[in-house]
Amino acid sequence: MSTAERREHAYDLARVRSDFPILARSVHDKPLVYLDNAASSQKPRAVIDAESRVYEECYANVHRGVHELSMKATDAYEGARAVIQRFLGAASSEEIVYTRGTTEAVNLVASTWGRKNVGAGDEILITGLEHHSNIVPWQLLCEEKGAQLRVVPISDAGEVALEAIEKAITPRTRLVSVAHVSNALGTVLPVKRIAALAHAHGALMFVDAAQSVPRMTVDVRDLDCDFLGFSGHKAYGPTGIGALYARAEHLKAMPPYQGGGDMILSVTFEKTTYNDIPYKFEAGTPNIAGAIALGAALDYLTHLGLDRIAAHEDALLAYATEQASKIEGLTLVGTAREKVGVLSFTLEGIHPHDIGTVLDYEGIAIRTGHHCAQPVMDRFGIPATARASFGLYNTFEEIDALVAGIRKVQEMFA
Amino acid sequence: MSSELRELYQEVILDHSKKPRNLREIAGGRKADGMNPLCGDRATVYLELDGDVVKDASFVGKGCSISTASASMMTEAVKGRTRAEAEALFERFHDLVTGDPSKPGTGGADLGKLAVFSGVCEFPVRVKCAALPWHTMKAALENAPEPVSTE
Ligand SMILES: Cc1ncc(COP(=O)(O)O)c(C=O)c1O
Repeated sequence: MSTAERREHAYDLARVRSDFPILARSVHDKPLVYLDNAASSQKPRAVIDAESRVYEECYANVHRGVHELSMKATDAYEGARAVIQRFLGAASSEEIVYTRGTTEAVNLVASTWGRKNVGAGDEILITGLEHHSNIVPWQLLCEEKGAQLRVVPISDAGEVALEAIEKAITPRTRLVSVAHVSNALGTVLPVKRIAALAHAHGALMFVDAAQSVPRMTVDVRDLDCDFLGFSGHKAYGPTGIGALYARAEHLKAMPPYQGGGDMILSVTFEKTTYNDIPYKFEAGTPNIAGAIALGAALDYLTHLGLDRIAAHEDALLAYATEQASKIEGLTLVGTAREKVGVLSFTLEGIHPHDIGTVLDYEGIAIRTGHHCAQPVMDRFGIPATARASFGLYNTFEEIDALVAGIRKVQEMFA
Repeated sequence: MSSELRELYQEVILDHSKKPRNLREIAGGRKADGMNPLCGDRATVYLELDGDVVKDASFVGKGCSISTASASMMTEAVKGRTRAEAEALFERFHDLVTGDPSKPGTGGADLGKLAVFSGVCEFPVRVKCAALPWHTMKAALENAPEPVSTE
């Protein structure tokens, strides 16, 4: 896209920023420059209002009452499920299971589908760039079953070669589980082609979409994945809510996750009949207001346009990469050709912690540390990186502020 | 620069972080490993005891400026002290960096050079950086087999 075209398609950034009340505040007497979106993103007024409207106007428990409020709350709660279904391009809303987030989506699949389908000698395949939440649940499963967790290594640029994945898949591979976008490096993995490889070898495919859902169109039928998990709080929605997409045929065959109310049709002390999908996987009173507000967040993204958001963030990343490359002593960590949203870096002779503290006093919020991806840090032989990650509301001026802040850090520790 | 930042990154701290003292191993001494899982930093502290007295102290590892300077100054501070004195010093240092106003001796008047860490209490997330080398030193004194973790 040319610059002119991009401008034509762009949204009104100032107006968008005014949708996010927190962006008006200052930190340490400087205007807030929020560049920690990969950890969690800020919330638009539409989401904040949706959540408080639930409590002010239509709150009651769901799926239980014959009374008006309970029916209203149930309608809104199930309405949000339909929003998620459309947002992800799923065939039916029964394929959407509410979870607390990506972490719980992985754990749900590991402990239900995994317990039933993974046995001694079987293999789960992941990559070297996974978040701890897409490593540890599989380790636990493998330990319990005597199965093997295999890891496809990443290159110096932070990429994973398709051929390496193909080579690592064996007849014993039951599942391939990979991040769509790496939170530590920004690498975009070709999950559609990885899914095709997995299926060609009789394995299923789980996509960790925590970082992709907020910044690009994610269509589960186009990707042809079996499972996909994401977190509401990274997609401008509330914390404590997210979803698992799973093909209906898998959900039907999977044993339940937790036991309790809502997940049953009938209970006697002798025998319990489980509810239909997706309710079979949703024991207990759920995060009702959170789910409804997540629906509002996804509506907000749809309204703004995922393509426009992606184009804006691409432009931000390109500009940030160009500016950062001019800084002597700065090393980018993660230089994949397909990369979005994240600028991870180190500064020669300066620990990321110190970078983070000094930038904080410039009002700039970035993340420093291992980003819950210690194997990635080990791969690059570093304990930590500093990471700026972009959101739909960030501006080019904020990147200038970041660059000026980095120069200040360097002066201080020179 | 803000005054809190200047308080945190005092010249002495910057100097020790850039040129850490006693950055070496001590063969045959006691040692303990410390780590801060939050940032992935690790440090090993070595001690050579002569009876009850710390004859030599050193460390190896890489961390942020606060933890490196703290390790460097800790090794200088405990050298020549008895075990009890070293542990008591840690107590007072800990009170200093956590800024516990209920404890006497905060402000660091009796801590000598270590008083430069008084700015750390304004930065709760950095307290662990300053305290890690001291926790690790204590574990080395006690010959603790398990690595020390700040979490
Ligand atoms: C790639 C990736 N996967 C999984 C997660 C876990 O998400 P949550 O903590 O919301 O469950 C994160 C969040 O940091 C992430 O970035």
